[in-house]
Amino acid sequence: MGNGYVATALVAVTLITVGIGFYGLRLARTTSDFLVASRAVSPTWNAAAIGGEYLSAASFLGVAGLILKHGVDVLWYPVGFAAGYLALLLFVAAPLRRSGAFTLPDFCELRLGSRRLRTLATAFVIFIGWLYLVPQLQGAGLTLATLTGSPYPLGALLVAAVVTANVALGGMRAITFVQAFQYWLKLTALAVPAIFLVLQWQADARPAVTPVEGPTFRTATTVVVEHPATLTLPDGQLRQVRPGDELTFAAGQPVPDVAGVATDPADWLLPGTGADEQGMFTTYSLILATFLGTMGLPHVLARFYTNPDGAAARRTTLVVLALVGAFYLLPTIYGTLGRIYTPHLLLTGETDAVVLLLPGAALGTGTTGRLLAALVAAGAFAAFLSTSSGLLTSVAGVISTDVLGRGSVRGFRLATVLAGSVPTVFALNVSGLEVSQVVGLAFAVAASSFCPLLVLGIWWRGLTARGAAVGVLAGGGAAAGAVLVTVLGPPLTGWPATLLAQPAAWTVPLAFTVMVAVSTATRRRVPTDVGATMLRLHTPEALR
Amino acid sequence: MVAADDRVSARTRIVLANVVRREPDSERPRTEHPRTELAEQTRVGEALVRGLVRAQLSLALRLWLVVAVGLGGLPWLFAIAPSVSRVTVLGVHLPWVLLGVLPFPFLVLVGWAYVRLAERNEQDFTDLIQRPER
Repeated sequence: MGNGYVATALVAVTLITVGIGFYGLRLARTTSDFLVASRAVSPTWNAAAIGGEYLSAASFLGVAGLILKHGVDVLWYPVGFAAGYLALLLFVAAPLRRSGAFTLPDFCELRLGSRRLRTLATAFVIFIGWLYLVPQLQGAGLTLATLTGSPYPLGALLVAAVVTANVALGGMRAITFVQAFQYWLKLTALAVPAIFLVLQWQADARPAVTPVEGPTFRTATTVVVEHPATLTLPDGQLRQVRPGDELTFAAGQPVPDVAGVATDPADWLLPGTGADEQGMFTTYSLILATFLGTMGLPHVLARFYTNPDGAAARRTTLVVLALVGAFYLLPTIYGTLGRIYTPHLLLTGETDAVVLLLPGAALGTGTTGRLLAALVAAGAFAAFLSTSSGLLTSVAGVISTDVLGRGSVRGFRLATVLAGSVPTVFALNVSGLEVSQVVGLAFAVAASSFCPLLVLGIWWRGLTARGAAVGVLAGGGAAAGAVLVTVLGPPLTGWPATLLAQPAAWTVPLAFTVMVAVSTATRRRVPTDVGATMLRLHTPEALR
Repeated sequence: MVAADDRVSARTRIVLANVVRREPDSERPRTEHPRTELAEQTRVGEALVRGLVRAQLSLALRLWLVVAVGLGGLPWLFAIAPSVSRVTVLGVHLPWVLLGVLPFPFLVLVGWAYVRLAERNEQDFTDLIQRPER
């Protein structure tokens, strides 16, 4: 697109990230150095670091894209992404910190003393980590393709290589300061352009977001189709378009209806009604997955160890909730204004690009527009650099200690390459999926496996290793199976498709029920030290 | 989620009952510092911890219920009363305000209340343990 600022911004973000990482590494060379150093960090910095790691490509790009495409019903994604931290705060934060566990497999072994359960937890950490990494790389490929016109696979490969090399060489080992910097960068990169966009909308005499005749093109536009679609033209004719087709529209012409996209103003503007049972099921399933899934994400939990004690872990989580909540006010503005300024994305299917393209489309190609476009690009880049580095570090960590069985630096590097290459292969093959949807599936698996394990493990003395293992296999296995069928299987319709595309509403209760039932049946196997564990998890550190 | 067999309603009373029932041959627990009881995993110490766990869990569940009703009720509300969706606030349709803006301060408020109340529970527990016995 010939915006020279964009390339500069992307290079700058990468260099700063790698630079701060290496500088921090020189200060803290060993794991214990890092932990001791980070315990001097205040809850606010720590919270910004957690937020920086959490706000991924799905939050930065995907949510606005979903809102552009589907309207009010998908506002549950940002609400759920934030509410997940409340569940984490209420049920997990302080006891988990007091347990001293650094990863989810650690927690399993500490609480239930079972090596086999630890192995199972490891498998789920790897699965969830990979599932979450795929959309990050997808987002990277999409961003570079949108901004520089490079082919999609090149961008995904490039970012995968940069992140893998960076993690393998130790440049990004969960340095609090890098992640905190990424949070503020992401917030600024969405907030500042949003102010300009709203002012521009005011200056344009507030064009209606949902005109009666549906979205229209404001300027003459040529659209190059990227995904096959069925269009309904204004005269009622159906037209099939294929990737590569070019369509030209004059200013003021309505956007044709696209199958699967809410072009009808009422559909977009108003929530689903009770008549749509499947829509209702999908909404509640999504709520359950996102509310309960956050606590089971591998890269989120590792950060809690850097709090000095349980009370600090709680206060940190509260600040994270506020920071993340503030961020999620912004994508709605982009998704909404995208209906006015970038309606052609509804046709191309690249709705995830709305955040990247909106500044240029609304503010024109002047210096302001180009600078703001570069800022947004920098924020997007920060989003997938930070999240994928955090995820890759977590996955590589469990692979090197639990699968390869070596704690050496060489083992960690080998594990990083292994951990980075699998999601890259997937990312190259699933470019048609929406970023937020895949992330939603990762949340569903986490909510059906680690959420019951953590909640019951922390609050119920009766949990046994066997109950936990069978519950994780039943709930998490069912959710993982549903994900694989949705992503790789044949297209389905009706209730089977709905039940598999948003499985949490049946897999989470399944996991809890099985875990409680099997634990009750094997209650003679309750660990004998459960009293001591409960004491450690729940009593203030000052009493030890 | 808590074993149903121990009905500890007032912590202190049960502690004494336990002492009398379980260790009739000794007067020691009456003067023993609860902090030692905690570390040594006596029946008394265990009852104290159970009380704390129960207090924290019921606090978390009560606040979770507030969120489950407050947010989880919205899709149901929109479904049974579609007219609610058509109300506008400053030109914005109500569902957009209820989902796009208000949940975030609401969640922070619930979280803030939880942190305060959970810390108070812990303070009560600490006071109980560290209370001078003699």
